[in-house]
Amino acid sequence: MAYYQNIFSEVQVRPINPEHGIPVEVDRRWGKPFNSYLFGLIGNAQVGPIYIGYLGGLSFACGLIAFEIIGLNMWASVNWDPVQFVRQLPWLALEPPRPQYGLKVLPPLAEGGWWLIAGFFLTASVLLWWLRLFRRAKALGLGYHVPWAFASAIWLFLVLGFIRPVLMGSWSEAVPFGIFPHLDWTAAFSLRYGNLFYNPFHMLSIVFLYGSTLLFAMHGGTILAVSRYGGEREIDQIVDRGTATERAALFWRWTMGFNATMESVHRWAWWFAVLTTLTGGIGILLTGTVVDNWYLWAVKHGVAPAYPDVYPPVIDPLAVRPTGLPGGTP
Amino acid sequence: MKTFFTVLGASIAFFLTVAMFGTAGWDRPPLAVHQNGFRGTAMEQVHTREGVAEAMAANAAPAPADPAEPGEELAGTAYENVQVLKNVSVNEFNRLMVSMTEWVSPEQGCTYCHNTENMADDSLYQKKVARRMLQMTQHINSTWKDNHVGGSGVTCYTCHRGQPVPAHVWFTEPGPNRPGGFVARNNGQNMASPSAGLSSLPYDTLTAYLADKSIDNNAIRVNATTALPTTKGKPIQDAEKTFALMIHMSEGLGVNCTFCHNTRAVSDWSQSTPQRVTAWHGIRMVRDINGNYLEPLLSTFPPNRLGALGDVPKVNCTTCHNGQSKPLNGAHVVEAYPELAKSTETASAAPPAVPATPPTPAPAPQ
Repeated sequence: MAYYQNIFSEVQVRPINPEHGIPVEVDRRWGKPFNSYLFGLIGNAQVGPIYIGYLGGLSFACGLIAFEIIGLNMWASVNWDPVQFVRQLPWLALEPPRPQYGLKVLPPLAEGGWWLIAGFFLTASVLLWWLRLFRRAKALGLGYHVPWAFASAIWLFLVLGFIRPVLMGSWSEAVPFGIFPHLDWTAAFSLRYGNLFYNPFHMLSIVFLYGSTLLFAMHGGTILAVSRYGGEREIDQIVDRGTATERAALFWRWTMGFNATMESVHRWAWWFAVLTTLTGGIGILLTGTVVDNWYLWAVKHGVAPAYPDVYPPVIDPLAVRPTGLPGGTP
Repeated sequence: MKTFFTVLGASIAFFLTVAMFGTAGWDRPPLAVHQNGFRGTAMEQVHTREGVAEAMAANAAPAPADPAEPGEELAGTAYENVQVLKNVSVNEFNRLMVSMTEWVSPEQGCTYCHNTENMADDSLYQKKVARRMLQMTQHINSTWKDNHVGGSGVTCYTCHRGQPVPAHVWFTEPGPNRPGGFVARNNGQNMASPSAGLSSLPYDTLTAYLADKSIDNNAIRVNATTALPTTKGKPIQDAEKTFALMIHMSEGLGVNCTFCHNTRAVSDWSQSTPQRVTAWHGIRMVRDINGNYLEPLLSTFPPNRLGALGDVPKVNCTTCHNGQSKPLNGAHVVEAYPELAKSTETASAAPPAVPATPPTPAPAPQ
């Protein structure tokens, strides 16, 4: 009886004849379905059959090419030493071209050419996968909510790796492919442009990102909490409210005076998720192209407050004594 | 199946928990937090009390030698081949030689630099280096007194700490051996380098920013000074280099970024602490030391003292600071050795009370 309190799904449905779903016009699914205990813990126990199609195949092939270019360049950078490859993997990267190459379409392979090729194939892979999602949604007669939400994430990806570098006139503005390197790039990006936290679109993106996790926790918690009253049938209960919906709604009205509905909570969640990357992409796009120092921008527009001085005035030494010091020329 | 996965999951969770205790950089309480900015700006230095005590113990300054007997005779007239300390009294000179032995070569003794058959002999390279280092120490304590070292000053011990080669010298980092050909270059980064705090930031930022004495003074600055773009700004790669240098300074001094900066606007001087000005001059001082005192010793050092690329050992912030914002717990080490506080190569500089500021560094020995 306590299945709704478990962190994993306790109910694993294992049909004698595997589910094949509704009949669709063109159905070229592949593989013999089987049941998996581990998959059953987090989702449906039945695995497959899977639809690949030419879009899925092409997308996977392009993704594999990008993955191989990145991975083999990383491995080569440690002289093909397998131990060092594993040991240093988080530090390794495939770097974009240096600033002097600008937007050159194919600089020498060692000078960022590989980065452009990998980026091309990765982008192709992602876009083909989007098309595949769209076509599968259409084939099943679904709305296009999932492809459009994925498109929002692709927008941020394209801004970071393609649109902003093109506007800045240099591929060197793009992100390296690597685990720590892309994180260091992110920190340096914020430092270079005077603190990204003063970028209002970055602020919005954070609101929607953290808001998404909050909404996800509130919604998931609510549905699990009323599942003993049939709350997991939430879609039915949009129009045919039962005691689960009424208890859930009353809980939130009691605790915060307002409640989402079984329908609206899903719209909240969808928009929060979509707006995270949509606003984030706008924020990145404006950085360097329209605004060069977000802190100064925030001061100009009354966003950043001034604090009282705690030290005697600190003056830029270069402004006081620009010449005559050893160890540097102005 | 179910039992197997339960046991497997539990064991993985157990070992990850144990590994977490062993690998993460835990700050063991109690913490020692010192606020150094206006409230709400998060400007504070966070240390553990244990760590502070350890650093204090590891950085204790040695007691100065007993004062020398007064004497009129000058070392330059009493001994042969005294070039730097010739206007120091014989007693002061001998006291300093004994102290230098304790600071630099306590195990090797006088013979580390001197041919004991003929103390005036310059055949050992160590003696020629030591002479240049004496000039450097006098230069630091005079030229850089106001802007960086203050009343504390430096002695040989500030860097050497009882070792002939200071523990924290550095060489140009050649980076990993690239296979060459059409394999992508690493852009000078993506290798866990101690000078960049084991991040994947550029690993040889010290050569660019601390070894070049004639570098553009604006090289480290990457932020725009206007809200909106007016000219083509610096690339992100430059910000990564600056970031790596700042990580080195933070690690070398054992302080957070907020020791110098209000991190909401790292480039803004008006919101920075006075320490940032000291650090700014410190960067120039390090370039001065590396460019004018160490690099000219290239032909003096034997090959085994040089780096992988044949460059001289160089200094950075850690060489003196050794993890403390004030080296040797801020002890005024130079006070007991007035002959190290100024140039003693000309007779006019001999009276110890008169501060002297040589306008240019003394020429390197040939």
